[in-house]
Amino acid sequence: MPDGGDAVLDVRGLVTVFRTRGGEVHAVNDVSFHLQRGELLGVVGESGSGKSVTMMSLIGLLPMPPAEVRGGEVWMGGRDILKIPAEDLRQVRGARIGFVFQDPMTSLNPVFQVGFQIMEPLIRHMGMTKAQARVRAAELLELVGIPDAAARLDSYPHQFSGGMRQRVMIAIALACDPDVLIADEPTTALDVTIQAQILELIKELRVKLGMAIIWITHDLGVIAGIADRVMVMYGGQVVEHGPVKALFADPRHPYTRALLKTVPSLTGPREARLQVIEGQPPIMMQAPQNCAFAPRCAHAFARCAVENPKRRAVDGLALGQGHDVACHWEVSLG
Amino acid sequence: MTALHGGLSQTIRATRLVILKGCDMLDATPPPLVQVRDLKMYFPIHTGVLRRHTGDVKAVDGVSFDIMPGETLGLVGESGCGKSTVGRALIRLYEPTAGSVTIAGDDILALAPEALRKKRPQMQMVFQDPQASLNPRITLAQIIGEPLIEHSGLNPTDRLARIYQLMDQVGLNRRFANRYPHEISGGQRPRIGIARALALNPKFIVCDEPIAALDVSIQAQVVNLLEDLQDRLGLTYLFISHDLSMVRHIADRVAVMYLGRIAELSPRDALYARPLHPYAEALLSAVPEPDPERDVSRNRIILKGDVPSPANPPKGCAFCTRCPKVLEICRTDRPALIEVEPGRQVACHLFPNHTAPAKPTPGGTTQLQQHGV
Repeated sequence: MPDGGDAVLDVRGLVTVFRTRGGEVHAVNDVSFHLQRGELLGVVGESGSGKSVTMMSLIGLLPMPPAEVRGGEVWMGGRDILKIPAEDLRQVRGARIGFVFQDPMTSLNPVFQVGFQIMEPLIRHMGMTKAQARVRAAELLELVGIPDAAARLDSYPHQFSGGMRQRVMIAIALACDPDVLIADEPTTALDVTIQAQILELIKELRVKLGMAIIWITHDLGVIAGIADRVMVMYGGQVVEHGPVKALFADPRHPYTRALLKTVPSLTGPREARLQVIEGQPPIMMQAPQNCAFAPRCAHAFARCAVENPKRRAVDGLALGQGHDVACHWEVSLG
Repeated sequence: MTALHGGLSQTIRATRLVILKGCDMLDATPPPLVQVRDLKMYFPIHTGVLRRHTGDVKAVDGVSFDIMPGETLGLVGESGCGKSTVGRALIRLYEPTAGSVTIAGDDILALAPEALRKKRPQMQMVFQDPQASLNPRITLAQIIGEPLIEHSGLNPTDRLARIYQLMDQVGLNRRFANRYPHEISGGQRPRIGIARALALNPKFIVCDEPIAALDVSIQAQVVNLLEDLQDRLGLTYLFISHDLSMVRHIADRVAVMYLGRIAELSPRDALYARPLHPYAEALLSAVPEPDPERDVSRNRIILKGDVPSPANPPKGCAFCTRCPKVLEICRTDRPALIEVEPGRQVACHLFPNHTAPAKPTPGGTTQLQQHGV
């Protein structure tokens, strides 16, 4: 599947810092990844791991200042979108990238009818007339599984349930037929049975529309069910990356391993005691000089405290194409 | 001799009392610490200019269960199912509409205010959001010490000693005693609420989503702590959560709630191996598993639609609008929660012995398996 030539999105060495009164927070440190047409990349990490900030920086949605994208390239459609004028970026954002946020209540405007909110990008970015946009909006609502779609265009967000609102958000994100859909914890605020509905919808839409999806979550279970590839983030860096089956079957980074073990199983044997990752996730007050996970790592040794490990392929494929990990201990195992 | 005789008869009387109290229990099992019967918590809806009482949100609508001493009862369900309201009504943070709650022998809902205050030390609560449930303006020592001032009558020296002891118990460094909640990391903060709940040596603790706001790596730390404390102090928990994997880990028995009612109450292993109620089955099947291989092989039940409004619940079974196995009777008659297998209670018309008196017949069992798998 991956061969680099067909990437719809190619991110290289992204660095984002936040200037705060307490100093600079290095939220994203040299993050590189690419996205193939039609594939689903899962991004996993705990709060503060930099997973959301990475995605927000690459489409210029962070408030600057305090944020500053200090380095890197984001290639999309033959252009580095970090270096294009603001008006062009706006166009890219509206038409080529769709974004679904975590909380459907706060990301929909409560005073406008949902029909209007779906029609807005269609009129703005696709040059449709109001009447055309309305027809398309009804199609979109139907596509995301809202019954009686045409009639619901005139409803306000509060007249929808949480799951339905998230469907509306997805409809808006899909409005301009984007190449890439970025979904930031889209099911975290939803109940499991509703989450299952949304996951099922996304699976259907992928088949129907063939767009590439970046799915940000802290829930390893969700990732296991829908992703093709997974990227695990910690301290603003990619610590492990690989095809979903390889990564879950053979996690290489001590953090990934520990993370998988701290989650109790639903159907497997019941553990007498949960595995714990001692300590806290770091706040990166400086660019990483050492392994960010070393203070909590059971396998850390001298080198981990002085040198930040680089990502290294573990399956012989080129870096970024297969399974890779950033860990000295893993390397020392050979 | 008479003195001895008097003492003996007193003992006999006391024994008889215990026997009488526990007569509906099996022999040898201790009486439940918490006994909830037909608990109802309605929140009134007022509409119109005159603010007339036009209806009720039936947040909890007839819930009954027991919790044995030292046991953890998991209470699961989706948002709005009434699980947190049960937790709060149970220790009378709300005034329930109807029902009875007995905790360690006292009818909580009948207690006069002063008697209730005296009872409070025995029943405590750990709240969901450590940020919102801790006063940001007072130090950790003051937060943990507050219940001690209110209830224990310890002098300041003893109180500080007790605060340090509690901090040790929950794994908070004593150096933090004079810090404020915001100065403590998010991972350590839930421990403050736990220490406060433990201050008065309670028997029973309601844990209301104690891990919901935490990162996965921190969740395990808190759950392990709660389990350690239970072993060491003999605590009884009502563990309210929407995280079914975590409930499987911590609970002994699990009650699944839907729209203000209990759909199924079963021992943990039985429930997770073979949920009987169609809602419990769908709920469990919806939980994603962090294993791509196993996730594919699982049979996922996708429920249609949303939970109905508790202000206007369906007439019959609360789940009848979404149930994949719905029968005609479900739309008209509300099923009662009835024991369908030893130790397993289900409120569902699919179970034939539901209408007949309990005692699973051989025929009934096969039918159960048919529906359960």
